[in-house]
Order: sequence, then structure tokens, then C-alpha cells
Amino acid sequence: MEIIDILFTASFWAAAIRIASPLIFATLGELICERAGVLNLGIEGIMVAGAFAGWMAVYSGTGLWTGVCVAMLVGMLFGLLHSTLTVPFGLSQHVVGLGVTLLATSSTYYAYRLALPEVTSPPKIEAFQPYEIPILSDIPLLGPALFSQTPLTYLAFVLVAVVSVVLYRTPLGLAVRAAGENPAAVAAQGLSVTAIRMGAVMVGSGLMAVGGAFLTMSAFDSFFFEMVNGRGWICIALVVFGSWRPGKALLGAVLFAAFDALQIRVQQTSLGTHIPYQIFLMMPYILSIFALILMSRRAEVPAALMVPFNKGER
Amino acid sequence: MRLEPIKSPTLVRKLVPPAIALISTVVIASLLAMVAGANPFSVIGLILKGSFGSQFATLETLNRATPLIFTGLAVAVAFRAKFWNIGAEAQLYAGALMTVLLGTGVLPWPSFAILPLIIVASILAGAIVLLVPALLKTRFGVDEVVTTLLFNFIFLLFISMLLEGVLKDPMGMGWPKSARIIPEAKLPRIVDGLRLHWGFGLAIFSAICIWIIQTRSTLGYEMRAVGLNKDAATFAGIPVNLVIVKTALLSGGLAALAGFSEVAGLKGSLTLDLSPGFGYTGIIVAMLALLNPLGVILAALFVAGIFVGADSMSRAADVPTYLADIMLATALLLMVLAIMLTRFRVVRD
Repeated sequence: MEIIDILFTASFWAAAIRIASPLIFATLGELICERAGVLNLGIEGIMVAGAFAGWMAVYSGTGLWTGVCVAMLVGMLFGLLHSTLTVPFGLSQHVVGLGVTLLATSSTYYAYRLALPEVTSPPKIEAFQPYEIPILSDIPLLGPALFSQTPLTYLAFVLVAVVSVVLYRTPLGLAVRAAGENPAAVAAQGLSVTAIRMGAVMVGSGLMAVGGAFLTMSAFDSFFFEMVNGRGWICIALVVFGSWRPGKALLGAVLFAAFDALQIRVQQTSLGTHIPYQIFLMMPYILSIFALILMSRRAEVPAALMVPFNKGER
Repeated sequence: MRLEPIKSPTLVRKLVPPAIALISTVVIASLLAMVAGANPFSVIGLILKGSFGSQFATLETLNRATPLIFTGLAVAVAFRAKFWNIGAEAQLYAGALMTVLLGTGVLPWPSFAILPLIIVASILAGAIVLLVPALLKTRFGVDEVVTTLLFNFIFLLFISMLLEGVLKDPMGMGWPKSARIIPEAKLPRIVDGLRLHWGFGLAIFSAICIWIIQTRSTLGYEMRAVGLNKDAATFAGIPVNLVIVKTALLSGGLAALAGFSEVAGLKGSLTLDLSPGFGYTGIIVAMLALLNPLGVILAALFVAGIFVGADSMSRAADVPTYLADIMLATALLLMVLAIMLTRFRVVRD
């Protein structure tokens, strides 16, 4: 019964939306890459780099939004590296992606050690504060859950709509989707598959980095090692779960986050004290695998995902 | 630009790009060390000295290379069949778990039979852990990259649960640590008095076995065929799904041996920090070895050398040890690019 009670508290849903926010950014980022035909396994490392870059920028005195831009820029740089190797050179997207994750993670940790050699606990910044949207935040249950969040969360939801519209309602979106479905047709139209794919990977990587930055600049106010903790991999599962569609991916992210918020709360109930806490921590990962099993039969994978395009070949 | 295959690459073409990749890695690492305030020309020397500069250092490097040979082989076997096993970390812990379960004296077996039994049981444990993602792939079409990655997290939490629960050593002063294995379950040292255990021998032996399987057996031929072109393999009458499952069993078993050898040869008990990411580093080892089982030995020595050498370089020159990971990531990315450039020419449109 306690579990039912939890589901009807506003704080629970507020937490779910907060947990979902970084996942929404990064899932959208991965979705854009994959829609253009590139699997980006650099996501985990790019989130780490974004988390550090945004936080470090603010710590060194820039404004919060400048910090977000710095994170985005760093993400785009790693996206440039990833896409240069995977698109024009057509290297294995699995290997390059894992390599980028390792490079981004280790260079972030290296930079952290150099920037703050002597600290035992990382310094804090003035993070984004919740902004209550007038009138809307007064709606019972829904108001505190949806409309008393930080500006970055609102941005995440706005971006879902923007990415949807761009992907499905503009020539640019058509070109991106076509690059992932039938690159030869894109080339026949006189467009550059290389440019489209590289652009998509860079924009997508930028969003992943903002997802990471959400952790250090909105969810928490400090940078820790291991703070991304597999969220990037979860986002790859969420893209599949959402059948490569922004709206469904958003739904997946919120469901996942709700489950995550629920397991944290159940841990503190009388039921939770009898079960090892590791079982609760496992749940999000197990849930992701089940979601993949359920969705994989119906999923419409972009036809040219992971297929390099080399113009000379026929 | 586009890529044009080179029909018969010259020797220069085969050697120059990898050499440039290696030199660039060294230059990048030296520059990064300079950023950290160290003398850029001394860094590589310090790493070499720390990894192969003395008998102690060399043995340390060989010890560190041992689990990397196993996980490198696990990845090489799987990637050859384009089965993307990113979960060697979980399979490693499965092997380590089996080693402490059977190695702490629960079995009334004669002492000579204990080690072989543990080895077989560890291999089975790792194989079963990877069987789940393999079956999910062949039965439901679930992408194994994500499942094997997520399994790493699940399995590590599972180990953590056991170490804080049933497996917790009552003598462990409250640390989440298993009881120690009995002497009969330990891997002996190769030479008395020197800190190198038979796990290294087993690793070399495994590499040779895998090389024989890959080059001399039907299974090896089938795995290569599935990796090169699934449709063509199906057309040729190869049972693709069965080959994938066999590949997974082999790969999982190999990764589990890394866990077995770390516990039975070095640590003696199971803790949560048994592996500093050997499973993930195995991917780098396998790629640097071009997925060749014998090359895995060399690549593992190279990677282990960088890790061990960077540890001592870090102390001597006050450079963060993460430089080792940066070097490996750079070497990996530049090397896959270089290998491609030995076979393709970049042509401007």
C-alpha cells in the first residue's frame, strides 16, 4: 500500500521528471545520431566530459548558461572526432564509439586532477534553481511535478518538440532521416551524406554533453567521478525503446525515471529494509533489458544504421 | 573524398601508417605530461623504465598482462564473429565468483583435482553469463551491445550483494570481501620466489588454443564466415545462430578465466575492486592485436606495460595516472585509422 501512496505524491513525480531530464537530452542526442545512420557509443564518455566542462566553466566564473554552451561545445568536439573517424573513414562505429568514451572519460579525469590537484571533496557551484512557472505551478499534483523544475528541465521538454518538428516537418530533417535510411538516394539528390551525418553526430553529441551537464549544474552542484554511472548506455536502450521517435523516447525516459524514483523511495519503506539495496539498484538496468526485449521485435531500425557510405562503391 | 581499396599494398604502405599512429600517441602523451608540468622528453623513458626496466617491473607487467590476455582473447573471439561482447567485465567476475565458491575448501576433493575443477567451473560460469545476451540476440533480436553493457552493472551489483551478504568473510573486519581460498586452490608460481604465477602460462596456452581453433577448425571457419557476411554464411548452410551461441560460450569462458587467474594466482579472495576495468581494456587489447589471438599476447604486454609504467611515472613525475588511459584511447583510435589506411587510399573527388 505504501507504494500506491508514493505514486500520488507530487514530490515523487517531481523527482521522476528531474531524473528524466539528463536522459532526455542524451537520448535525443543519440536518436539524432542514429537517425542519420551513426551509432554513437561515445555517449557515456561525452556525458562525463559535458558534466565536467559545464561545471568547471561555472566554477571558473562564467554564467550558468555559458556553462551549458561550453559543455555543448566540448560535446560537439568529441562528436567531430567520432564522426570524422566513422563517417568519411568508415571505421567500426562500435570500436570508435568505445574509444571516444574512454578518451573523453580519461581526459576529463586528467583535466580534473590538473585543475583541482589538492581537493578531497570537489567544490560546489551555484547551480540552476527551480523556477516556478506562474499559474501552471499552482495546479495540484501536476504543478509541483512539472512546473516547478529548473530551466534546464524545461529546455529538455522544449527540445523534444523542436527535434520532432525538425525531423518530421523540415527538409533538413528529411535529409537526416534519409541519410540513415537510404544514403545513396541522398547522394543522388546532390546532397553530401558525409556532411549530413557529421553534422548530426556533432549536434547529437552536443546534446549528450548537455545531458551530462544537467547532472553537475542542476541535479547536483558538484562533479564526482562515476557520476554518469551507465546513464549513457541506458539512453541507447531508450532510443531503441522509443523506436527512434522523439516523443516515444521522452515517454520511455519519464517511465524509466519514475521507476528509478520509485525504487529509491521503496528502499526507505518497511518492505525495502528487508531486501538488499543492490536489488533496487539493479532494477533500472534489468528494466531496460526487458524493455529492449519487448520492443525489439517491433522496432523500425534505420535501415542504414551502422552502414558506412562510400560514394565510389556500387 | 572517398576511399579506394589498394589491390596489393607495398611494405611501406603496410608499415608507415601504424608507425605514425604509434609515434603520434607518444607525442600526444608527452605534450599532455608537459601540460601537467613534467618534462615531456622524460615521460616515455619513465614509463618504459617502470614497465620493463627491472626484473621486478617486468614481472609486474607480465602479471598485469595475464588477465588482459584472457579478456583480450574473449573480445577477439567474439568480435571476429561480429558478436559485440562488451560484457567481459561481468564474465570476469563470474569466473572469480566461481573460484571463491569452490576454492574456499567446500569440496571434499583430492587436492590435485581441485584446480582443474575450478577452472572448468569458472569457464562454465562465464559462458552462462554471456549465454543470456547471446540468446536474447538470436531469439529476440535484442542488440547485444546494450545488453552486455547493462549486464556489467547488474552483475557487479550482484557480486556486491553477495560480498555484503552470504559471502562476507567473518574475519574481514567488516570489509565487503570474501574468505580466502585454500592453498590447494591457488595457482602456483612459475619460478619459486618470483612473483609470476601459472595464470600467465594458462593465458599463453589459451591464446595458442584459440589460434588453432580459429585457423584449423570448422568452428573457426564458421565464426569468420558469420563475421564477414551473415547472409552469405546462411546461404552457405552455416547455422548462423548456433555459431553465435558457440562464439558467446567460448568468449564468456575466456573472460571468466581472467577472474579465475586473478583470484587463484594473485589476490586469493574476491573483492569489488578485483578488476580495474580489465573487461573493457580487453577491447583495446583485441583491437590493437587486429583480433589475432597470438597478437593479443603482444598487445596485452603493451597495454599492461603502459599501465604499470604509468603508475611509476606518475609517482616520479607527478602526472595523473589517467594519462595511461588517454594513451590507450589515443592508440586505439589512431591504430584503427592507420590499419584502414594500409588497405585504402584516400581519393579527392
